[in-house]
Amino acid sequence: MSENSEKKKTRFAWGELFAFYRGEFTRLYVSLAATLGSSAMVLLIPLVVGYLVDDVLLNQGASVLPAIFGRFFGHIGDRAYLLQNLWVFGAIILGLYALDGMFSYLNNARITRFAETGALNMRLRLFSHLQRLPFAYHKQAQTGDLVQRCTTDVDQIRRFFQMQLSEMVRCLALVVIATVMMFRLDTKMALVAIASTPILFVSSWIYFKKRRYAFRVWDEAEGVISTVLQENITGVRVVRAFDRTDFEIEKFAVHNNALNRVAKEQFRIMGDFWMASDLLAFSQLAAVIIVGAIEAIDGNISLGTLLIFISYSENLIFPLRGLARLLADAGKMQISFDRLKEILDEKPEPGDEDLLDPVLKGQVEFDRVDFAYPDDPRPVLKDVSFDIRPGQTLGILGPTGSGKSSLLQLLQRLYEPTNGSIRFDGIPATEISRESLRRQIGLILQEPFVYSRTIMENIRMPRPQASDTDVKNQAKTARLHREIQQFEDGYETMVGERGVTLSGGQKQRLTIARALIRTCPIIVFDDSLSAVDMETDREIRRAMRRSGGSITTFIVSHRISTLMHADRIIVLSEGKVAESGTHGTLLENNGLYRRVYDIQRAYLEEDA
Amino acid sequence: MSQREDIDYSEHFSTDTWSRFFRLAKPLKKQFVHLFIVMAWVAVFDNIAPLMTRFAIDYFIAENTKDGLVLYGIGFAVVVLMQALGTKFFLKVAGGIEVEIGHQIRDEGYRKLQSLSFSYYDKTPVGWILSRLIADTSRLAEVVAWSLVDIFWGGASIIAIMVMLLVMDWSLALLSLLIVPVLFVVAILFQRLLLKVQRDIRRENSKLTGEFNEGIMGARTTKTLHREKKNTEEFRETATRLYGYSLRAGRLSAMFLPIISLLGAVAAAVVLTVGGQRMEQGLLQLGTLYAFFIYTMRLWEPIRHIARVFRDLQSAQAAAERVMALLAEQSDLTDDPDVLARYGNKDGEGREPWPAIDGRITFDNVTFAYKSNEIILDRFNLDIKAGETIALVGDTGAGKSTIVNLLCRFYEPTKGRILIDDADYRERPLSWLYSNLGYVLQTPHLFSGTIADNIRYGKLDATDDDIERAAKLVSAHDFIMRHENGYATEVGEGGGRLSTGEKQLISFARAVIADPSFFLLDEATASIDTETEHAVQQAIETIRRGRTMIVVAHRLSTIRNADRILVIHDGRIVEEGTHDTLLEQKGRYADLYRMQFMQESYDELDFSARANQPDMGS
Repeated sequence: MSENSEKKKTRFAWGELFAFYRGEFTRLYVSLAATLGSSAMVLLIPLVVGYLVDDVLLNQGASVLPAIFGRFFGHIGDRAYLLQNLWVFGAIILGLYALDGMFSYLNNARITRFAETGALNMRLRLFSHLQRLPFAYHKQAQTGDLVQRCTTDVDQIRRFFQMQLSEMVRCLALVVIATVMMFRLDTKMALVAIASTPILFVSSWIYFKKRRYAFRVWDEAEGVISTVLQENITGVRVVRAFDRTDFEIEKFAVHNNALNRVAKEQFRIMGDFWMASDLLAFSQLAAVIIVGAIEAIDGNISLGTLLIFISYSENLIFPLRGLARLLADAGKMQISFDRLKEILDEKPEPGDEDLLDPVLKGQVEFDRVDFAYPDDPRPVLKDVSFDIRPGQTLGILGPTGSGKSSLLQLLQRLYEPTNGSIRFDGIPATEISRESLRRQIGLILQEPFVYSRTIMENIRMPRPQASDTDVKNQAKTARLHREIQQFEDGYETMVGERGVTLSGGQKQRLTIARALIRTCPIIVFDDSLSAVDMETDREIRRAMRRSGGSITTFIVSHRISTLMHADRIIVLSEGKVAESGTHGTLLENNGLYRRVYDIQRAYLEEDA
Repeated sequence: MSQREDIDYSEHFSTDTWSRFFRLAKPLKKQFVHLFIVMAWVAVFDNIAPLMTRFAIDYFIAENTKDGLVLYGIGFAVVVLMQALGTKFFLKVAGGIEVEIGHQIRDEGYRKLQSLSFSYYDKTPVGWILSRLIADTSRLAEVVAWSLVDIFWGGASIIAIMVMLLVMDWSLALLSLLIVPVLFVVAILFQRLLLKVQRDIRRENSKLTGEFNEGIMGARTTKTLHREKKNTEEFRETATRLYGYSLRAGRLSAMFLPIISLLGAVAAAVVLTVGGQRMEQGLLQLGTLYAFFIYTMRLWEPIRHIARVFRDLQSAQAAAERVMALLAEQSDLTDDPDVLARYGNKDGEGREPWPAIDGRITFDNVTFAYKSNEIILDRFNLDIKAGETIALVGDTGAGKSTIVNLLCRFYEPTKGRILIDDADYRERPLSWLYSNLGYVLQTPHLFSGTIADNIRYGKLDATDDDIERAAKLVSAHDFIMRHENGYATEVGEGGGRLSTGEKQLISFARAVIADPSFFLLDEATASIDTETEHAVQQAIETIRRGRTMIVVAHRLSTIRNADRILVIHDGRIVEEGTHDTLLEQKGRYADLYRMQFMQESYDELDFSARANQPDMGS
């Protein structure tokens, strides 16, 4: 191994990997022991054949086999008896095969259970870990890459344990047992029979390295193809409008041909290696047969011994040929687990089940709150204070990047303030469990997300026991009901990734309905009314007032019409409360609010 | 999208799919024949070692002679060499087939994509097409190539072994070959059982991937809804089901090998018993007995290979179906054969030269629907004079883009006609109109390559001077020169290394260099900095001189400068006139204008607010 990979190997977290297999190790040991058993059975058969040939068929009487064979067969009968009843040997071989089969079944069944249990544990752990990772992590997460790790990499590890580990042990067992046995039988022949094994090891290693490089080249060529294809599809309008289809076809052909060459090169390398190792392995077999024949003619070894050597040589060829692949697979497994570990090493939100779970009335107080994102020293909120009584509405206005979303996300403890405190009904937020807050505060995010389920299930998600009528009522409140009814399957229409694609406004209203299905004392709109037109916006707010009673509401918007009726409006700028008051007092203030109002006024007047 | 829902498992082995596939692979027939020959060769040499042993025993050792041993050694060396060469060739040929199948499907698929109409692209996500031509194609090529290897090798091996056995001793051979049909039946039965479980596994696996996908994409929402535990529980159900099926599959395949090799051993045991007796009677030599024994023990191996093929093909069937579906797509927008014969696909290829373009456009009672029940335009009429600049304004979904799509002949009218210079454009080849279009998109699209490459896209034989002139014309030259490598600057994938404004200016230059008769501009809604905005405005002013220009307008300045503004609502022109006359009408245009003004002012406020407080952060 090169220096680099050796270093990597010492750092590989075997302990963490094996933790996923806790309680399953007996299965692993049984399985590996069964592999040994199976290898032993396979290597016993040539010995039986050897005994049959030397001691029964030819009666050379010079058996080099361990004395136990002679004693064993002596119990069954003498040579004449055995010669009359050759079926005994058939039965013994059949018996050995049956034992081999049992061992092999035991090995495979146990190792499958071992590998699959580990994979199951990994999947479960990954999923729940990902769910528990903080908001900040998911804000920058690359979905495609993460899914790839959770599926392909877990599979790589599973395959390693299910197939390749046993194969490695089997390969090792065969080589060791056969070598020991052969040296016991005849030193000279044994040397001939293992002469090329070290060379095979070395050439496997060289091939493993060389192939890795060729594979990277292949991978890159495929990446280029992907890019050309993707650019062509996304730019189809440009391609057509410039009448460049022929040009595009030629361009693609160039890269497609390049991939063709690279891929064929890969197979050429593979072919060369396999040819070389076949040449070695079968030359060795030839050497065993020829040297063995000479030795047998010279009377140095018995015919049975020769047959044993030939069988053993053949038994070793296949595992040795597969060595290079096994090396590569072990390397891949480690890389895969390292990639999983990167996810698992991320810190999840701390557990806080022991904190309070008060019934919130809806009073919210920000007391000199400062906030900065965990990995970024720049302050996002500075010294923000306000106090909202139950049932009141707080409107928030501010330019992009002024900290509006961050402020709202603090409410659900998706982040924690760096300084100052937030209190609900006088209780500091840090003393209330996240679960309690998230259950009682309906937060509608700026970017709506719908699950791959039916519309009905989507709306019902936060409150599984909600009745169909409940769901429909909330859809009505969110002004979505009529559109849903126009779908062929109505509320049973599948939406999300694998269903009907909803428009931005429809998604937004679906998430509003979903937030309203719970009777939360606090509802928070993070600019989520901006994707619906003003009329709908007004209707939703009106409907909420009618049904709500005393819900404390936070609304971020840049529409004055949305904000003007709020009990209190704050204007955020650069993370600070620049202005605060009611619509009336803010207008008199002649600040930012007033300027936005002036711009929008023309429209407002017409609207009223 | 519902019609593109991917099914990663299919219920039955579909001979139809595979016969269609092999029809497609017809050009590879020669390679298939080669593979068959090479695999037969490999199979013979793979199974020749026992014969060599037999010869050594029955001749040299039995006769106790070393005569001819050198010759034997040479012969053996040749056999080994042949076997090694066979290995090399078989990897070359099989690998070649895998590569060629992939190459051909990609090539054909890509050509198909170039001919498909926009109605296809509108309903098919980019990711779907990519997976078909990358992942599915690779998988299909791999499975097919190596299944052929399995089948040819397995078939040839069985035949080779049978022939050797029969030649050595036909009666003993017949006795031991009795096991072959049994092996086949058992192998096939097992594969069918396995197939069923594996289908379940694939189904659960695809569900699992979906749940991971959703679990990660929706993680933030899940948090705000406090659904983490519930989602994890649901995930656990799927994962546990997958676990159950996997264990079943594991147990089944763990049973398969022992059973089938044990059956093989039965034949070997029979051979040993019967053959041993014959040897005692002097009817059989020891070497032959040994070879018989080895061959019968190996019989199950080729059968296993053959049985595996159907399982592999079935597991790749879903991929095959999806790829075939893509290749079978039909474009609903093609040239009439008569038109093509008359004008050809390129100017000069047909009987007549392409007509020159003046620039008049007429929509004559045009009705259009993307889906049959959703009519977007209903008997729509519009006359555009040559050299006129028309601005289309209206809400999203009003039909602006549809008008542009129809005009570009990306779609054709469902009813009615569109005339270019008084002739129905369906009487001209598609490429005639396309080569006269200058089209700048809302989200500018560039290709990987240099800036010069991208501008040259508009005119493939443009010189460097032409390119620079075009860039200067749209005020792109200065910013291009500010990049270290000037025109040789790599723009990155999709132009990702440039800003939106820069991409837009380059796409203007690309359109200008093509010198089109029609200019279509779907204006960007994304805000770009004031300086670039100014450059873009100037570019538009330069381009529209002497051309017919249609703008889907978002920017106030462009709207003001248009010769005519059309306010589109529900597929109809509800207001029409210049900026000033429309403002006076105080109708929908006046409303829209105010809204846009409001939005733009607010955006400016953003900038000014930031400018007023420069003490941002560290």
